[in-house]
Amino acid sequence: MKRTWTEDFKYGLKRGLPIAMGYVPVSFTFGLMAVSGGIPAWMAIFISLSNLTSAGQFAGTNLIIMGASYLEITLTTFIINIRYMLMSLSLTQRLDKSMSLPKRLLVGYGVTDEIFSIASMEQGTLTFPYLLGLIIGPVLGWTTGTALGAIISAALSESLSSAMGIALYGMFIAIVLPVAKKSKQVTIIVAISVAIVCILRYMPLFQMISSGFRVIIATIIGAGIGAILFPIEDDKVEDEDNLGEQYVPSRSSCEHGGRGSIE
Amino acid sequence: MNLTYAFIAVILMALVTYFPRVLPIVVFRKEIKSKYIKSFLRYVPYAVLGALTFPDIFYSTKNITTAICGTVVALFLAYKEKSLVVVAIGAILAVYISGLFL
Repeated sequence: MKRTWTEDFKYGLKRGLPIAMGYVPVSFTFGLMAVSGGIPAWMAIFISLSNLTSAGQFAGTNLIIMGASYLEITLTTFIINIRYMLMSLSLTQRLDKSMSLPKRLLVGYGVTDEIFSIASMEQGTLTFPYLLGLIIGPVLGWTTGTALGAIISAALSESLSSAMGIALYGMFIAIVLPVAKKSKQVTIIVAISVAIVCILRYMPLFQMISSGFRVIIATIIGAGIGAILFPIEDDKVEDEDNLGEQYVPSRSSCEHGGRGSIE
Repeated sequence: MNLTYAFIAVILMALVTYFPRVLPIVVFRKEIKSKYIKSFLRYVPYAVLGALTFPDIFYSTKNITTAICGTVVALFLAYKEKSLVVVAIGAILAVYISGLFL
């Protein structure tokens, strides 16, 4: 009944392959973006290897290019990545109880949205060899894609690399808009967050607040109002992608707001 | 680019990316109960990405007009639920092509 180390490892590798392939084009774009912003190619690859995340490292790298303070970079990245806590919490319940501390430390490194989704769909206990196999492919895909993007960026013409400046924001839009389209709640939260960041940016009163803190303040207010107006009753943490469909019901709470008691 | 500055920043980023992932696995091992905290955490990525994108996207190229062209194309492709890469490349091309006419 018990599968061997090698069998588990191979199974993990197989499950991780589609994730690895999906990571290449995204990290390719990251490599392009980082190098066209002035980050050396080796450092872009190092960022991908040490961070192994999308939104957090994109945002952090963007702030480095802008010359933001350590505190802003750390706080922004942390706030974006706090969601991993939920995923790890949920994975923890399923991990092989006998797994040693060093192995747990290694497995924790590989908790990304996609790896988490695949792992949480498996039946039974999650063993170390399975998770190791699952994580290796995506790590290779993520760093290789970054390397390719970084190298090719150096060969691009100046006007084309100036056009690259928009790539990162294009990806942000591609992450948010499909979800916002299906979820009125997410649309409202994004609108609040953008409105706050614009107020902080354009009102002379708030001129002393730097760009990183504007984002942090807007995020806390946007997500905070969202949590109060539209708390998610559903316990499911698994599929981030289905966020839109998951809680259409709390529509009533925004209709109340719309009729005027609060707003 | 000041390499020491960038390197320290990257290390800090790596640490605050690693801790939320690994802490529950080695320390807490408990579920968060409050639905408000859970909801907050679920909404955070969207709020962050919104605040990062607007209005900065309009200043992301050499010229605000080309940036607006890129933004419109990105919004359109994302609304059509194209992949991240397609949206990014579409926006880049829109900026590049509109830049040729300005």
